[in-house]
Amino acid sequence: MPTEAAHPKGFDDMAHYELTTPVTEEQVRKLRVNDTVTLHGTLFGIRDATQIHMFDRGRATRFDLHGHAVIHTAPNVRKVAPDGAHPAGYAPVCIGTTTSDRMERFTRPLMTQNGVRIIIGKGGMREGTAAAFKDIGGAYLAIVGGTAALETTWIEQIEDVDLDDLNPESLWKFRIRNFGPLLVGMDSHGGSLYEKIRLDTQARRAQVLASLGVKP
Amino acid sequence: MKIDLQAVEDAAKELYIRALKVLPPDIKAGFARIDKSETDATAKSILGTMITNIKVAEDTDNLLCQDTGIPIYNVSIGRGLEVDGHALMAAIRAGCARATREYPLRSSVVHPITRKNEHTSCGAEVPVIHIDYSDKPDTLEIEMVPKGSGSENNSFLKMAIPAEGIDAIKTFVVDCVLAAGGKTCPPTIVGVGVGGTSDLCVALAKRAATRPLGSVCGDAEGAKLETQLTAAINQLGVGPQGLGGDSTAFAVHIEIAATHITMNPVAVNMQCHSARRARATFTPAGVAYGF
Repeated sequence: MPTEAAHPKGFDDMAHYELTTPVTEEQVRKLRVNDTVTLHGTLFGIRDATQIHMFDRGRATRFDLHGHAVIHTAPNVRKVAPDGAHPAGYAPVCIGTTTSDRMERFTRPLMTQNGVRIIIGKGGMREGTAAAFKDIGGAYLAIVGGTAALETTWIEQIEDVDLDDLNPESLWKFRIRNFGPLLVGMDSHGGSLYEKIRLDTQARRAQVLASLGVKP
Repeated sequence: MKIDLQAVEDAAKELYIRALKVLPPDIKAGFARIDKSETDATAKSILGTMITNIKVAEDTDNLLCQDTGIPIYNVSIGRGLEVDGHALMAAIRAGCARATREYPLRSSVVHPITRKNEHTSCGAEVPVIHIDYSDKPDTLEIEMVPKGSGSENNSFLKMAIPAEGIDAIKTFVVDCVLAAGGKTCPPTIVGVGVGGTSDLCVALAKRAATRPLGSVCGDAEGAKLETQLTAAINQLGVGPQGLGGDSTAFAVHIEIAATHITMNPVAVNMQCHSARRARATFTPAGVAYGF
């Protein structure tokens, strides 16, 4: 549901959403590029090796990811004795976000096989992901890469972990509060800020090379 | 001066943790500079988050970024030092592994074929240790650079030919920045190696990418090219995180080496906005930490 919160971009027609996971297809299809989202509830951490094992080597997770958000991460954690605050035996040290582009080919299986609706990452994803979002209903939320100290303060607890032989590239289950605001970078209507910037920057290439005295 | 190897091991541990937590003053000043000149609203907001993160890391005594990187130690041995070089490298390796286990840090280092992680940040040839020599009397310097993968994955080499001239170098740098887009965590320092052999050219690019902001190429032609390329790159509109804006790179840095009459090599290596490094200086007075 859009709130009155001021949008960081200052765009009057852009909405801010407070979403608690899991979300429905209807909720995620409301998101448009340049909207902002703050997440609450559960967030799953996933990465290269996690998805290579899930989709190339057929390993299943015991977690139900339907309607959930995943973040491209491999955290710094401290092993502790399991207790109420650390049910999985891990305390967060520093949790941040990695470059999403390497995991482009896993978006569609993540959505069709596991029901994921939201991907959080940095640097954006490509056409395959945009098409999966359009076909199935999903969105990419951009976090500011390299700001893990701040991101760690949005994570309340490491609730659980699966496929932990892949540590640190395990499948992590985090409990989050006020996670964001994050910028909608790709939506389910074909919108992608990354594609827009790619075209804009390519269009400037010739002029920039001319300014350097490069002969065409 | 005789080098105490236990002190080197302790410093190798301390340097890794320090580098991950506190950005050098030249990078902080770089942020202040581009934050002032940035005109795009999204870019401004992203730079604000990055600047906030630097403060949160210091206030909460936490790592700036979760990527502990590939650990690199640049050792500079001054004159009049008595040191067992082989044992020095072992001490650095031991300190790197201790930082990882004792802090604990995420070990980001795996075997390249089995992908097995030893959880020590060490492996074959890693940490990367470069040994060089300086004319400083009774001084041992160790610089530590945790090199993040987002930026390192955007490393490029082109063995251009003389007939392509300087235009090939300029075009290559522009195209590398375009290809990297937001994947390198811009604003970056774009390191460019010009000349040398293929391996030297790539090493020069890394040296350039990890040079302090405000430093200038020692070669006059290289320095001229730095100024031109810095201005040009920031006209591309890639912006912070690749989401548009004026601040694509803090700077383009160039390092040069002589090359062969038939060669015109150029390499690009980038450093992300979390341009981390730390330095320990050993003198007869003891060890001092800085950047």
